[in-house]
Amino acid sequence: MSVVVKRVTAMLALGGAVLASAPAFADADEDNLVINGDIAIVTEAKAPAHMEYVDTIYSGWRFRSDETQVMQADDFDNPGMIGVENAMEKWAAVDGSEGKSCASCHGDAEESMVGVRPVYPKWNEEAQEVRTLEMQVNDCRENRMGAEKWGYTSGSMVDMVALITSVSRGMPVSVAIDGPVAETWEQGKELYYSRTGQLELSCANCHEDNYGNMIRADHLSQGQINGFPVYRLKNTKLNGVHARFKGCVRDTMAETYSPGSAEFVALELYVASRGNGLSVEGPSVRN
Amino acid sequence: MASGVRPRVKVPKTASAGEAVTLKTLISHKMESGQRKDSDGNVIPRSIINRFTCDFNGQNVIDVTLEPAISTNPYFEFEATVPESGEFKFTWYDDDGSVYEDSAEITVA
Ligand code: HEC
Ligand code: HEC
Repeated sequence: MSVVVKRVTAMLALGGAVLASAPAFADADEDNLVINGDIAIVTEAKAPAHMEYVDTIYSGWRFRSDETQVMQADDFDNPGMIGVENAMEKWAAVDGSEGKSCASCHGDAEESMVGVRPVYPKWNEEAQEVRTLEMQVNDCRENRMGAEKWGYTSGSMVDMVALITSVSRGMPVSVAIDGPVAETWEQGKELYYSRTGQLELSCANCHEDNYGNMIRADHLSQGQINGFPVYRLKNTKLNGVHARFKGCVRDTMAETYSPGSAEFVALELYVASRGNGLSVEGPSVRN
Repeated sequence: MASGVRPRVKVPKTASAGEAVTLKTLISHKMESGQRKDSDGNVIPRSIINRFTCDFNGQNVIDVTLEPAISTNPYFEFEATVPESGEFKFTWYDDDGSVYEDSAEITVA
């Protein structure tokens, strides 16, 4: 296991209004993540061209303590893998009026689902919509299995998304931002930079202007989603992307959008695109 | 029986005689402390794993008493010296009387 404790402080380009007169300091640590001694994870990359104010992107893993980081280096130590195991059972279980399981059509998830996570959310031509993985899973359940939809943030759903994600670990996130998704992406970007709540803070105020700084006892990351679903030590369960967004919006003391809403789908597409180039890491472990 | 309980163990397949090997165990369990209340103000009854043991070829390696403050999905990692080929047996005892077992073979080369 190669968690080495060594810290550097690097100066970064600054942006946004909050710290306009003071430079922001990045304090991502210098540790390397290799899962199961086998899957090398890219936790730092050159920022995609569309990002104006950030030069280097970092996985949230780089901002966590060594004790938390190490849990993600071995699947046995990663409690998020419990969700993956649960989902494997669901994958093979027949459900709904058509008498089918996921496996009936998709075979072995460890083969058929490789490469799926890195490109989501993505455009679905037939439905003419941007789909998150959760939406796609529910579409299969409802329209191909004749089964009931799962709740967007339900345990079954987040476990299934963890399974589908886990088989792409190490592959680079690469969501498309142009063509038919361009409008949704713009909408997501707009939301990212809009201040909300009584605190009047945007995502960017915390995750772009202040990553590396402490906010109370928490070490601010860039708010990347390459590690989702995330097993949080705080609530001892797997958390989906929209559940995290909801928590962050609520922390600005605002009314939040609902998980699965068009707004959060757009925001997910935009935030995912800010991680283009980082490895898929989920299920990851965070505090 | 508490739902979603599943034991897991990680034991090396081989060792040399007398070697100390690292064993890892995890059981998925909610470990309800008995200290919390539900939204109606009623105490949620305690439901925890209260004891964990590991034996090697019938000889006890570790015997742990668990208390309510131990968090969800208890994880134990410990070492055992392996004198000969044999079987590790792991046992978890639930408050509700359920007993969960797992085992793993190890070969001394
Ligand atoms: C009756 C066959 C069938 C069943 C059963 C089924 N699917 Fe699908 N699934 C499909 C088809 C066909 C597609 C491609 C559809 C599309 O692009 O709209 C698909 C697409 C997907 C995708 C997107 C793949 C990609 O490359 O974008 C995911 C993820 C998925 N299914 C997950 C599941 C899960 C999880 C289950 C079980 C809960 C399931 N499916 C059950 C037929 C099925
Ligand atoms: C008041 C500051 C604040 C604002 C505003 C905020 N967040 Fe966060 N966010 C945090 C903190 C603190 C954490 C936990 C530490 C970390 O990973 O940065 C966090 C974590 C996250 C994570 C998890 C990262 C990981 O690797 O697990 C994501 C994703 C995220 N935020 C997205 C957003 C989005 C999207 C918005 C805007 C809707 C937003 N946040 C607004 C403070 C904020």
